[in-house]
Amino acid sequence: MSVSVSTVRTPARTSRFERINDNRAFLSWLFMLPAALLLLVFLTYPLGLGVWLGMTDTKIGRAGEFVGFENYISLFRDGVFWLSVFNTMLYTVVASVVKFALGLWLALLLNKHIPFKAFIRAIVLLPFIVPTVLSAIAFWWIYDSQFGIISWTLQRMGLIDRYIDFLGEPNLARASVIIANIWRGIPFVAISLLAGLQTIPQSLYEAATIDGGSPWQQFRHITLPLLSPIIAVVMTFSVLFTFTDFQLIYVLTRGGPLNATHLMATLSFQRAIPGGQLAEGAAIANAMIPFLLAAILFSYFGLQRRRWQQGGRD
Amino acid sequence: MTDVARQGAATDTQGMDYLVSLPRRVVTIYIPLAIFLFVLLFPFYWMAVTSFKPNEELYDYSRYSPFWVVNPTLDHFKKLFFETDYIDWMWNTLLISVVATFLSLFASVCAAYAIERLRYTGSRYVGMAIFLAYLVPPSILFIPLATMVFGLGLFDTRWALILTYPTFLVPFCTWLLMGYFKSIPYELEECALIDGASRVQILAKIILPLSVPGLISAGIFAFTLSWNEFIYALTFISSSENKTVPVGVITELVEGDVYHWGSLMAGALCGSLPVAILYSFFVEHYVSSMTGAVKE
Repeated sequence: MSVSVSTVRTPARTSRFERINDNRAFLSWLFMLPAALLLLVFLTYPLGLGVWLGMTDTKIGRAGEFVGFENYISLFRDGVFWLSVFNTMLYTVVASVVKFALGLWLALLLNKHIPFKAFIRAIVLLPFIVPTVLSAIAFWWIYDSQFGIISWTLQRMGLIDRYIDFLGEPNLARASVIIANIWRGIPFVAISLLAGLQTIPQSLYEAATIDGGSPWQQFRHITLPLLSPIIAVVMTFSVLFTFTDFQLIYVLTRGGPLNATHLMATLSFQRAIPGGQLAEGAAIANAMIPFLLAAILFSYFGLQRRRWQQGGRD
Repeated sequence: MTDVARQGAATDTQGMDYLVSLPRRVVTIYIPLAIFLFVLLFPFYWMAVTSFKPNEELYDYSRYSPFWVVNPTLDHFKKLFFETDYIDWMWNTLLISVVATFLSLFASVCAAYAIERLRYTGSRYVGMAIFLAYLVPPSILFIPLATMVFGLGLFDTRWALILTYPTFLVPFCTWLLMGYFKSIPYELEECALIDGASRVQILAKIILPLSVPGLISAGIFAFTLSWNEFIYALTFISSSENKTVPVGVITELVEGDVYHWGSLMAGALCGSLPVAILYSFFVEHYVSSMTGAVKE
């Protein structure tokens, strides 16, 4: 290809500018420049800077000195930090499992032949599109201890006699923020899995029906295996974003009551920005990295399973 | 291409539905679906109803049913627009989102073209690195970025956000556009090369016009992500007139222990509308950009 181009080239085209313009290495370098600059300066460098900050004693308004692993040692003895790790785990595991189960169910429902399918699919995605902070404010109001609509409804139905303070009691608050997170996450899981479901050939189901396969058998032996690569990716994204969640907690509880809903991200923010302990905040944020790496590796190996679907062996 | 496949699959699904009786369909499909829709949409309904209620209805459930409005009022919106900096926040959010989106799109188009079409040495690894960059969450970057923003003298300016938003927009857009560029046949490019077009001309006159749907998908999704961004805006901006809508609503409308629920809900509603309207026009693009990032 390139040979034919260079032989047909007329003398007029060999000016210096033209030659540079056709030099692939130079062009690649030029094309990569804007993105590389943005990402190296504002993503890679801060990542490294964060690791460094975690090993200093920097505070707001005061440059820090290197202190080694002191921040991590003090975090290790910090009960609140371990509570936030526990909360983050609980939040991530419960929310992800429920999001997956309900999201898959919703995807299966939307994959059926139903009236107004496109319209329903469009409005299902709304919670994902609307800014999280703003929908979290709506949840805040729904959970309100004096005028909460859930409490009012339950009281009207005679199920409770006092209003529930959803965000005031530790375990209730945990459940409440998890429910809000699930609400926000279901559309993403459902619509992504729906896209995966639509790629499964209908003929497989027809064959299974003729062979007498029950709906459960069809789901178990056709839908689930063919969907598993997409499930792996979708759930990695979901776990990643749930694990590092900040907005919902910040709006609903700011980590309270009694730090019961503090996630690692919110604790890191609270210590670093209002608290001024930049180094300690950075150390907490860095403590999230191993978990994120584990999630990414999980996704990578989840993707590997694709081979047997293309006729190869596991 | 995928649309055709999807349509084919969609018409296929009608295939065996006649095997299931109507009452059974009601129980297994329509009732669960209705519950899902109710739960997913109720917070928006509640947001809207609250923002139009006068205060005496808002705080008195014994005389007025909380589920609808008897005497709708615009008081909360009036308070929002004339007694707070809400219009400034809207303008900031719009400006920052648009500029950050275009900046990211430009960088991503160039990068995606180089990775996917120029195929320089190591481009595969750079593609992988871009995907990994997409997985880096803002909540571990905001502290070092805050010190950088301060050091560069950008603290409390719009530039702080315009320059940091691309950290999550560029990886996403590049990844999405790489997929689009991959689907454009090489032959088109080869013809242009033979006709003497330069790479820049090819990108501008062949690749870009063919990937307009991809550009729209990436653009509106990037815009939505910027509009929704919270933690950077919360950390890097301190004065009210420079805040974005999500940060402004949560930090400025809450005064001590007195929550003005009416204006809070009005603020949430108005802040959600622009993206919701944009979304309603580009539903398919949203879906394809969301699933595109997942499916590779």
